Amino acid sequence: MSRKADEGSSVPKVKIWVMGKEYKVPSSFTIMTAMEYIGYRFKQGIGCRNGYCGACATFYRVKGDYKLRPALACQEIVKDGMVIVQIPFVPAKKTIYDIDKLEPSANAIFENYPEVARCLSCNTCTKACPQNLEVMEYVQAALRGDLEKVMHLSFECVECGLCAMRCPAEIKPYLVARLARRLYAKYMVPLDKRVRKREEEIKEGKFDKELERLMKMSVERLKELYEERRLS
Amino acid sequence: MIKVPYYPGCTLKTTAQNYEVSGLAVARKLGIELIELPSWNCCGVFPSLANDDLMRHIAPIRNLIRVKKMIENGIIEDQYRFVTLCSMCYHTLKEANLFIKDEEKLKKLNTFLEEEYKGEIEPLPFLKLLQVEVGFEKISEEVRKPLKGLKVAPYYGCLLLRPREIGIDNPESPSILEQLLSVLGADVVENPNKTQCCGSYHTVNNKSIVVRLTYDNLIYAIKNGAEVIAVGCPLCAFNLDHYQVEVKKIHFDFKIVPIVYYTQLMAIALGLGKESSGLELGLNYVDPIPVLKRFL
Amino acid sequence: MDLKEKVESIGAVDVMACVQCGLCSGSCPVRFTMDISPTQVIRLIQLEVIEEIFSSNTFLTCSTCFSCQIICPRKISVTKIMEALRQIILRKGQDLINVGGIPGEELRKLPPIALVSNFRKTTA
Repeated sequence: MSRKADEGSSVPKVKIWVMGKEYKVPSSFTIMTAMEYIGYRFKQGIGCRNGYCGACATFYRVKGDYKLRPALACQEIVKDGMVIVQIPFVPAKKTIYDIDKLEPSANAIFENYPEVARCLSCNTCTKACPQNLEVMEYVQAALRGDLEKVMHLSFECVECGLCAMRCPAEIKPYLVARLARRLYAKYMVPLDKRVRKREEEIKEGKFDKELERLMKMSVERLKELYEERRLS
Repeated sequence: MIKVPYYPGCTLKTTAQNYEVSGLAVARKLGIELIELPSWNCCGVFPSLANDDLMRHIAPIRNLIRVKKMIENGIIEDQYRFVTLCSMCYHTLKEANLFIKDEEKLKKLNTFLEEEYKGEIEPLPFLKLLQVEVGFEKISEEVRKPLKGLKVAPYYGCLLLRPREIGIDNPESPSILEQLLSVLGADVVENPNKTQCCGSYHTVNNKSIVVRLTYDNLIYAIKNGAEVIAVGCPLCAFNLDHYQVEVKKIHFDFKIVPIVYYTQLMAIALGLGKESSGLELGLNYVDPIPVLKRFL
Repeated sequence: MDLKEKVESIGAVDVMACVQCGLCSGSCPVRFTMDISPTQVIRLIQLEVIEEIFSSNTFLTCSTCFSCQIICPRKISVTKIMEALRQIILRKGQDLINVGGIPGEELRKLPPIALVSNFRKTTA
């Protein structure tokens, strides 16, 4: 859709700036759709388009305001006077750990992310979160080993990384939360009895025949079965 | 039961849980219910000593505001103070109050905080609360298992006593801890280096300093017959507790002594039992049970 | 801004008030491991001999125990002078500890208060 084609059309438009250049885009578009409208093709910083994967991390400022605001480009509707920049990647250190060798405590957090001890409680991370999570609260909970609280407060985190980009202590809250949730799930939640039972059944070979049957099936027959499936 | 807001600090929830368990139990026995702040953050010890550093004062002041909220929400009535067990937390929170006596700084800080703070809330270390609110006389009346014959040496560390505007006792010759230990029935042993620094943060990457200071801080107490050392700060406790093994590698005849929090001794003396003393948590590195079992 | 001005501004102290009595060095518990004494460091600040101050380990060793501050007859906060010297380095963005170099088994053992207090003094 070229801009020339709908110049003069009655679709309401707003002015936005991308990489410093001014554009007019339909006012009902999200940042992502607006950028595609003006000709950008996303190769990075795009994923589910549904506010779930965290790939389209964006910072924007509305002219007249001094504050930088966080957004997920696929969710945020454009505003008149919006100045946009994207952060498709956060160069966070990838810590490698063996979850079997960690203890569910604050020290497991420190072992992998010692910089958590630098937290100033300044709340910048909370202000940078496009999901409105209480980031500072869960970083503080991690610092004192309250993994359950971290789990509850960070559950909806999409790991967009904007908090890490703004933190003055260079903490990566989303990675700290990920470790805390993993520790919680592994050590602090009792394993569902039904899961255990299913594990046993698999080991005993209860589903071997069924699996073999499916694996021998043709692609067409599989497609047929899929179309006819009933979700009971 | 009077209710007093209580600020734990990070370490009391992790490696110093024995301090918290014994502290809360002792408080309850003496008619004080310590109510933990419903929401709190790390105080960020050490307090920033830079005159222009506002950012590092946000953390402690945020906690002071949260105490204010406890009063506003009716959780606490009419108490413009709160208690901490950790000496370093007390020092940092108190220093923040002094920092904002400068109106300019307070005004600027308030623009970054969710609610305005005017300096209304006073932090108090538990030891001081025991002295001024409960009174050592009352405590002596509540003693059920006097620690008779137990030779205890006090160790204060730095941040509870210095500088003078923050300290709770005479920084050069304090006596509050000795007074408390006496009413518990213990034999208080003199420790000339009871106010010398333990080495604090050097424990992370400059351990030789902590080894030397551990020796200095304990040797005279041990020579005076101390069987156990009473402390009030989790970092002092960690340093004195863990580094005696290293000291022994240099001074072969060094006698290793257990380090306990004064609240743990109080819990035993008040007859609250082994569980309330926090000894069963296994967080005291040098095992104090052999020395204390005759009172348990 | 010269060094003395920087120190006085960050620490809110009067460096020229020092009369070199030496009480601060005498009360310092970590003096035994310092290259030059706190008294000497203050003299060097008064004389603007910058390099010698920053090539010594004195301000890095200070454990912030405030012993010097309470004993100073001129009521100078020597602790704040040491902190100001630290801040001059830290504010250039230079850490005074290699955080990544702390061994895993240490991080597993240390109480949070040790890491928090250390990083306050040694990281920018």
